[in-house]
Amino acid sequence: MTAEFWIIQTFNGLSYGALLFLLASGLSLIFGVMRIVNLAHGSYFMLGGYVGLSVVWRTGSFTAALVAGAVAIALIGIGMERLFLRRLSGQTLGQVLMTIGFALMFQDLALLIWGGDPYTIPLPAALQGIVTAGALRFPTYRIFIIVVATLVGAALWIVLDRTRVGAMIRAAVDDREMAQGVGIHVPVVSLGVFALGAALAALGGVIGGGFLGVYPGADFEVLPYAFVVVIVGGLGSLPGAMVGSLLVGLLDNFGKALFPELSYFTLFAPMALILALRPTGLFGRA
Amino acid sequence: MSSGLAAPAPTLDRKVVAGFAALTLAGVLAPALPAYPLTLLTQAAIVAVLAMSLDILLGYTGLPSLGHAAYFGIAAYTVAILATERQMGLAGCLVAALLLATATAALFGVLAIRATGTYFLMITLALGMVVWGLAFRWVSMTKGDNGIAGVPRPGLGLGWSLAEPLPFFYFALLAAALAWAAMGVLVRSPFGLGLKGIRESESRMRALGYNVWLHKYLAFVISGFFAGFAGVLWAYYNGFVGPADVQLVTSVETLLMAALGGPGTLAGSALGAVAIVFLKNFVSVYTKRWLLILGAVYIGVILWAPRGVLGAFTREPRGAR
Amino acid sequence: MKMKVILVRTLAAGLNVALATTLAVPPTAHAQGGPIKIGLLAPLTGAASALGKDMLNGTELYLDGIGFQAAGRKVELIVEDTEGNTATALTKARKLVEQDKVHVLTGGLLASTGYALHPLAEAQRIPTTYPVMSSDDLTQRKPAKWVVRTGWNSSQSMHVFGEWVAKTLKYKRIVTIGLDYAFGWESVGGFQRTFEDNGGQVIQKIWTPLNTNDFAPFVTQIKREADAVFAVFFGRAALQFVKQYETAGLKGRVPLLGNGTTTDESVLPQMGDEALGIMTALHYSAALDNPANQKFAKAFEAKAGKIPSYYAETCYTNARWIVEAVKAIGGRVEDREALLAALRRVELRDFPRGPVSIDRWGNPVQNIYVRRVDKVGGKLQNSVIATFPAVSQFWKYDPDEYLKQPLYTRDHPPCPHC
Repeated sequence: MTAEFWIIQTFNGLSYGALLFLLASGLSLIFGVMRIVNLAHGSYFMLGGYVGLSVVWRTGSFTAALVAGAVAIALIGIGMERLFLRRLSGQTLGQVLMTIGFALMFQDLALLIWGGDPYTIPLPAALQGIVTAGALRFPTYRIFIIVVATLVGAALWIVLDRTRVGAMIRAAVDDREMAQGVGIHVPVVSLGVFALGAALAALGGVIGGGFLGVYPGADFEVLPYAFVVVIVGGLGSLPGAMVGSLLVGLLDNFGKALFPELSYFTLFAPMALILALRPTGLFGRA
Repeated sequence: MSSGLAAPAPTLDRKVVAGFAALTLAGVLAPALPAYPLTLLTQAAIVAVLAMSLDILLGYTGLPSLGHAAYFGIAAYTVAILATERQMGLAGCLVAALLLATATAALFGVLAIRATGTYFLMITLALGMVVWGLAFRWVSMTKGDNGIAGVPRPGLGLGWSLAEPLPFFYFALLAAALAWAAMGVLVRSPFGLGLKGIRESESRMRALGYNVWLHKYLAFVISGFFAGFAGVLWAYYNGFVGPADVQLVTSVETLLMAALGGPGTLAGSALGAVAIVFLKNFVSVYTKRWLLILGAVYIGVILWAPRGVLGAFTREPRGAR
Repeated sequence: MKMKVILVRTLAAGLNVALATTLAVPPTAHAQGGPIKIGLLAPLTGAASALGKDMLNGTELYLDGIGFQAAGRKVELIVEDTEGNTATALTKARKLVEQDKVHVLTGGLLASTGYALHPLAEAQRIPTTYPVMSSDDLTQRKPAKWVVRTGWNSSQSMHVFGEWVAKTLKYKRIVTIGLDYAFGWESVGGFQRTFEDNGGQVIQKIWTPLNTNDFAPFVTQIKREADAVFAVFFGRAALQFVKQYETAGLKGRVPLLGNGTTTDESVLPQMGDEALGIMTALHYSAALDNPANQKFAKAFEAKAGKIPSYYAETCYTNARWIVEAVKAIGGRVEDREALLAALRRVELRDFPRGPVSIDRWGNPVQNIYVRRVDKVGGKLQNSVIATFPAVSQFWKYDPDEYLKQPLYTRDHPPCPHC
């Protein structure tokens, strides 16, 4: 194992972790505020990719695809929360089962609209190259993913930590009743967070569509990863989602590269270990 | 439940009688049924055991597990491996599979029981993924994504072969009835009533001197045991075991069955299992868009009959929870 | 409350209707004179649904062409969705055989489904054809009496390709990378055997789990001293791998070779210039210029709006295969033994893929084409650059000797040069 191997594989793991962060941070936030385990979160990722694909085909603009994907899926998220999930407020099991129903419907709708062929989202020329450093080669697109995830993470951090809206969200995460009591309109906060979470997953879907592609089945393929990140990091915690994404990205990557026969075991076993020691995850609070 | 420890006895009896009648009817009608509905009934009987085993956790103890396919799958894999590579008979396979499934539940239970509610859901999901990861990637043991085909039906030494659909149906029906009876006795025992008490109020039960952790832990292990029992039947029924049997979607479907039928009623979970097996296989005959319909049905049932289909028929209010 | 009751009633009613229709299968449905029933298993939902659609379109295209009539009887096609899941495929196969009383069972995608269907076909004594499922042992060490393969087996075209790469391209050191299950192992195994028998060396074998979507951890491990990389993928994994091979900066530095599905027409139109120059081998290419294929490809494009993949061709050919067998026995499909024997006797020279006969293990003997991805008229295609006629699944090896060797797996053949 040369130094080169470690550098390249670390880079691979970091960039995959960055994509996971986009996917999982929304899931974690939604859970934090609303206690909803959203099994349709992978569907947002897949649908975002498909919407992005259609937009790139029509307009040729990758930026437009990012925006359209995020907005369209945020609207779907708003509809789901406002019309369906809110009616089951407080019923964990009912909400879980309902999100499964939606996941199945989204799966079939995507097949109906986009057909079953796999596609990759065409990238702008600026993102296609390779950055060379000595004998090392880093694909520009993977650097781009890291940059986007860092920016999104920083923005989320600032909003949550420094702004009034952030204070309201944090209050809702910590204690719904108390927040409601001090005049925060928790249902609106919930709706906003749900839309944001859906939009982030869709953003991940468009970006992921550039190198993983867009295809039926992507929804349930990424979902376990998102859950592992959230479980490891701690439900409802932004720092948890960050650390969890990087950890999962690296573990998954090195697991596959070093112990291919046990690659999923090397991902899930440390997770079980963390849970045994800290049932609420690294950054979660009971 | 307003009277959590003493559910109205007539309801229980009625359900038992209805369940018994349904089993008898199925048994009597079976020889007259064409082969395919019989196949589906066999499948439903097996899956019903799985759904009921989950209900011990979900309905009676209040612990929603999203990793129940793990114990089912471990037992199924054990049977498949022993029956194909060691040519082991029914008794050996059954004992080994139940031991392994129960041991896994005993191990996972230690990790999972500390959590409640959503955290429990997430931890069981994670533990289920560990088992899936092994089924999928531990190729030298499980054959990975190829799965294990050609699991022979067990010989009973009674002169009739279980390879035929009808004898196997009776075999599965009898096994399912036994499992139902055993679980029924369990949930009506003082231990089972203790579980219900924990579901309603852990702190009250603790104050009454119950060992809450031990009750929940034992419920978890017993639930894993019966899920393993269903797994044994499944391996023999299908003759094939693969990673799909332990994947997240299978756990999710099991949870749906237990919840749709009405958690806290074993018969309801069984009904939920039967309904989903038939729904899946019939809707897909009539339309390619069956996933859409299935999803819509789930959403509809949850919106309009949140206590499950059987719960919707039960007149007695189950009290404000 | 009202809504609840209505919903429950609707559900109950639906179930009743469903049960009633099941119970009401008339006992005369399979009597002579009724339609000839073909049951097709295809993944119409789930990750492989695009392939399932090709399978269905190919089958329908042929049956449309003969007006759903054969030997004076109507032909009925009954399609069941497998979701790309073997357990579901088994349930649906039982439905087709037991309820619909099909005369021929066909279709299926995954190798595991093939092995799982074997016992069912034997137990039910139902003539069965496999147009897609390609696991070697289905027609080698574990053949089933009632199963005839109308497609191919995984190592068949790879035996040809390994030898061709060693002799014609004169590559010496090759790294293989492929899906970590039977199909990947058998394709790599076949390639490695003839490549090394002809002086080449496989210097590294990389296996990727089936649900891999990010290939970076694997691609970045490829040894620098390789003359070429040999890849085995299909569906979206093929799309992702070829793209990420380019993204990692390997395209243009290390030539890419592959098995047939890696650049199959089911994914080729969605690929970009990253696919240019990839060389592969298969028993079909949509670019074949024989008249039968010209006609087929044109008709398929008109029907499906896309160029035919091998999945489409093999199911089209499979449908014709079945119909030819039906004609040979004068439509008396109720005689299962006769139908099976006829299926094993079909020998035609004008399939789109070329002439086909069948060996005594139930596998086709057919042309293998070495192909290169070119851009013609702005579109990617698999141009045929070499043709090997009448290739058997045993290539140049003696069948009896060949069958004494173990099946190709992850560890066989071993890798002395790794």
